[in-house]
Amino acid sequence: MTAIYILWVRQLKRYVRSKPRIIAALGQPLLFLLALGFGFGPIFQKAGQGNYIQFLAPGVIGMSVLFTAVFSGIELIWDRQFGFLKETLVAPVPRILIITGRTAGGATVAILQGCIVVVICLIAGFRPHLSAAPLGLLYMCLIAILFTALGTTLACLMSDFQGFQLVMNFLVMPIFFLSGALFPLLNVPKVLAVLASVDPLSYGIDGLRGALTGVSYFGAVTDVAVLSLITGALLVLGTYLFSRIQL
Amino acid sequence: MILVRNLVKEFGKVTAVRDISFNVDRGEIFAFLGPNGAGKTTTIKMLTTLLKPTSGEVELDGLNPAVHKNEARKRFGIVFQDPSLDDELTAYENMHLHGALYKVPSKVRAERIEALLRLFELWERRNDPVKQFSGGMKRRLEIARGLLHTPKILFLDEPTLGLDPQTRNQLWTHVKKLNTEEQVTVFLTTHYMEEADRVAHRIAIIDHGVIVAQGTPKELKEQTKAESLEQAFLALTGSTIRDEEAGAIDRMRSMARAFRR
Repeated sequence: MTAIYILWVRQLKRYVRSKPRIIAALGQPLLFLLALGFGFGPIFQKAGQGNYIQFLAPGVIGMSVLFTAVFSGIELIWDRQFGFLKETLVAPVPRILIITGRTAGGATVAILQGCIVVVICLIAGFRPHLSAAPLGLLYMCLIAILFTALGTTLACLMSDFQGFQLVMNFLVMPIFFLSGALFPLLNVPKVLAVLASVDPLSYGIDGLRGALTGVSYFGAVTDVAVLSLITGALLVLGTYLFSRIQL
Repeated sequence: MILVRNLVKEFGKVTAVRDISFNVDRGEIFAFLGPNGAGKTTTIKMLTTLLKPTSGEVELDGLNPAVHKNEARKRFGIVFQDPSLDDELTAYENMHLHGALYKVPSKVRAERIEALLRLFELWERRNDPVKQFSGGMKRRLEIARGLLHTPKILFLDEPTLGLDPQTRNQLWTHVKKLNTEEQVTVFLTTHYMEEADRVAHRIAIIDHGVIVAQGTPKELKEQTKAESLEQAFLALTGSTIRDEEAGAIDRMRSMARAFRR
């Protein structure tokens, strides 16, 4: 447990001390919220879909958690290139504890980043159901753990940062744009509906939106079940791949 | 203390270490020398569980690191050739993290951290982030960290690279002291032949993955009729520059890793 705790604390310290990282990670959600939220708001309202900020905010919160979580997981490559990974790999600690500490730390960082975006959304006019805050936090936790585990899994397969842009452009961005974070999944073309249904973030955003605004597409049981299953599978896969790392 | 029998490491079609055998006795300082790309670091990585040997046997303090990984890991400390500190953390935090990973009891941990940071003259800078340290200070911190859990075996992979003569002198004096007073077995690599000559009880010279000579510094000089260890080293390994070859091997390793995945 000490190993998990110390590696969790390490991730938090690195996050808190990296002010530019915190600020930079806020840029994108802010842009989406302002440009899309206020830009498409009137059209959304005219189409009879209600307040677009109310609809968009859970998507933007989910996006912030997604990007921070994937990046936290992928930090493993950083540690591999700059040497710190060796320090942990020669320590007399089972690798499962190392990966657990790292994932817990990365997920916590993503949740903290998500909480900052929640505050920004509130300032922008988002009005969630406060009674559902614990459920909202649960979804943020699930999204954070799932995508930190995904980032770690991918990082185990890459030896340097050359593949990072590929992951961002061909995996993380599609995951975000197909998740229903920016548009309602109801009545979308069949192809898009199918793609959204195989996108794990769709269930995270849907759960978050359901908890915070009461509007859900898949339903809470499906959301929690799918997120939990994929998270479990990725944790197992990430742990297996991490246990096989050689330097 | 360290037993190596017919150790082989292949990266795809490249054989980095070819059937090497040697043993290091308890309380001995053993220098493992060789040109760039000769197989020194690969051998250390296999001894310290970072790389799986293709074939051959390794024993550390009677334990097979492939089977009893964590027990074997408790027995050694290592200073890597490349930096392995967390630059965002302070010197004290890096030491603390290491102590926690090696389960050094908290009270002892605090005392030893202070003693080691004072020894390597880093105590005054303990609360500064490592990213503000010079290369030499980082190296000193890595050495201090490697000693924190009082290992029985200490692996030093080019520990004095980038250090000024004063710090190098201080480091080797401390290593000698550890070896004499606490019977710590030391396995080191260095490109500074005078350092190996000064501290090592025995030396093995590796080239192209093969051990070409083993013995005391005196024996190696006599064997090659050389006046200095550097001359003996050049007589055994030739004077061709190996950087390009090392680069090619490194590239092959990367490719082999990529293909395996």
